[in-house]
Amino acid sequence: MAKYLLLKHYRGAPAAVNDVPMDQWTPQEISAHMQYMRDFADRLEKTGEFVDGQALAPEGTFVRYDGEGRPPVTDGPFAETKDLIAGWMIIDVDTYERAVELAGELSAAPGAGGRPIHEWLELRPFLAEPPTVTE
Amino acid sequence: MDEVLLRSLTPSVLGVLVRRGADFAAAEDAVQDALVEAVRTWPEDPPRDPKGWLVAVAWRRFLDAVRSDTARRRREDRVDEEPPPGPAPSADDTLQLYFLCAHPSLTPSSAVALTLRAVGGLTTRQIARAYLVPEATMAQRISRAKRTVSGARFDRPGDVATVLRVLYLVFNEGYSGDVDLAAEAIRLTRQLAAAVDHPEVAGLLALMLLHHARRAARTAPDGALVPLAEQDRGRWDTATIAEGVAILQAALARDRLGEFQAQAAVAALHADAPTAEETDWVQIVEWYDELAGLTDSPVVRLNRAVAVGEADGPRAGLAALAAVDPALPRHTAAAAYLHERDGDPKTAARLYAEAARKASNLAERDHLTRQAARLNAHRPPGERPRTDGPRPRPD
Repeated sequence: MAKYLLLKHYRGAPAAVNDVPMDQWTPQEISAHMQYMRDFADRLEKTGEFVDGQALAPEGTFVRYDGEGRPPVTDGPFAETKDLIAGWMIIDVDTYERAVELAGELSAAPGAGGRPIHEWLELRPFLAEPPTVTE
Repeated sequence: MDEVLLRSLTPSVLGVLVRRGADFAAAEDAVQDALVEAVRTWPEDPPRDPKGWLVAVAWRRFLDAVRSDTARRRREDRVDEEPPPGPAPSADDTLQLYFLCAHPSLTPSSAVALTLRAVGGLTTRQIARAYLVPEATMAQRISRAKRTVSGARFDRPGDVATVLRVLYLVFNEGYSGDVDLAAEAIRLTRQLAAAVDHPEVAGLLALMLLHHARRAARTAPDGALVPLAEQDRGRWDTATIAEGVAILQAALARDRLGEFQAQAAVAALHADAPTAEETDWVQIVEWYDELAGLTDSPVVRLNRAVAVGEADGPRAGLAALAAVDPALPRHTAAAAYLHERDGDPKTAARLYAEAARKASNLAERDHLTRQAARLNAHRPPGERPRTDGPRPRPD
């Protein structure tokens, strides 16, 4: 088993094929999309491949240490050019091929006009624990 | 086995142990052990006297723990094998536990966790699941909280207001898991109301009941939020509403108004309206005025502006909203709503989309995105806005 992170972007990923902002879909299209996402996560729970899924707010800030006795420095809001993560799903699957297959399914979630969004998702393998058997 | 009944015995059992001289942290661990043991053995072998059984098992666990801990040798000498008769446990024990678990030295998240365990009788695992954190993290939070209050006197009365804030947090910020935190908050507030005579305890209990009564109508089958005005009022729980209203009326009759009673009065006026159109907004504005006098909270002023928009028209609402800090969560959503009522769907749609970007939870974000979508759907695509910045995206 190997864990993969599926990252969804507000910004920074190549443009989706069906790239219409959500507030310009119809309410029914939004409902259909939500249903698809819920069904997808439910199905992965049933197959024993779901680990976690979370959504992030679009705003945020950079923070760094500024020396002894000083409060941390913050730098925000984010520049318009910053890659911006919208949320993630963590899956635990047997193969890389399975991870790609699932990411493809997630990217097929319906959007405007009820057509798949074809959104680009970032797929990242976790660095795992070292194996016990080494030779 | 009725697990809620079992858990309802938690505070009095813990109270007995503390009165017998056990320190709070060790007694609390012992009571948890006894609860786990009860869940395991009672279905097969139910005791005649559940509370007596729990006290006996918890006391034995406590003695075992003391004995096995050589560093606590000195304390062992002070603990008798046979428990001293001591004063009879009373409702005061329960009350003292609430005070201890909501001690002002605790952070809100610690007070919530400790209350749910020591008063509510929930396991660490259940609490961890409810708040979506690892069990080890929650265990640490609880044991740190117990250390923090270890020096606190058990017999000194505390401030009811701090307890109410903790219970309100449990009710209002409950997440998920196999425990219904809203129902648990109501149970704990009921128990508190039985132990202390205080109009604000009654006010909080009424507030919880009146909101809980609307729960079934608050979400659509697909999980979407249903705003108050669009809820199917036939799905409101009328028995719970009646109970909430009766508790509130009795509290208000004592003429010691507090913020929970005032909030409950607003909820009662909503519950009282057969349809959204028949809501008595003028009275609701009056209650918000009372609330503003009691708390001076910007959230109250925001809610008041929306109520003014209903009572005196959207322009009056927008004027009231103009005096509220725009950085406040839900300010933009309230503005969107009032602009829509004012017949300006274009501005409303833009503000709904902006409010969705600022939403602090998914259900609210989805709801606001839908509102923007609903208004945009009625306009030709060429007229639709091309706003900048990140937009609500699929999750």
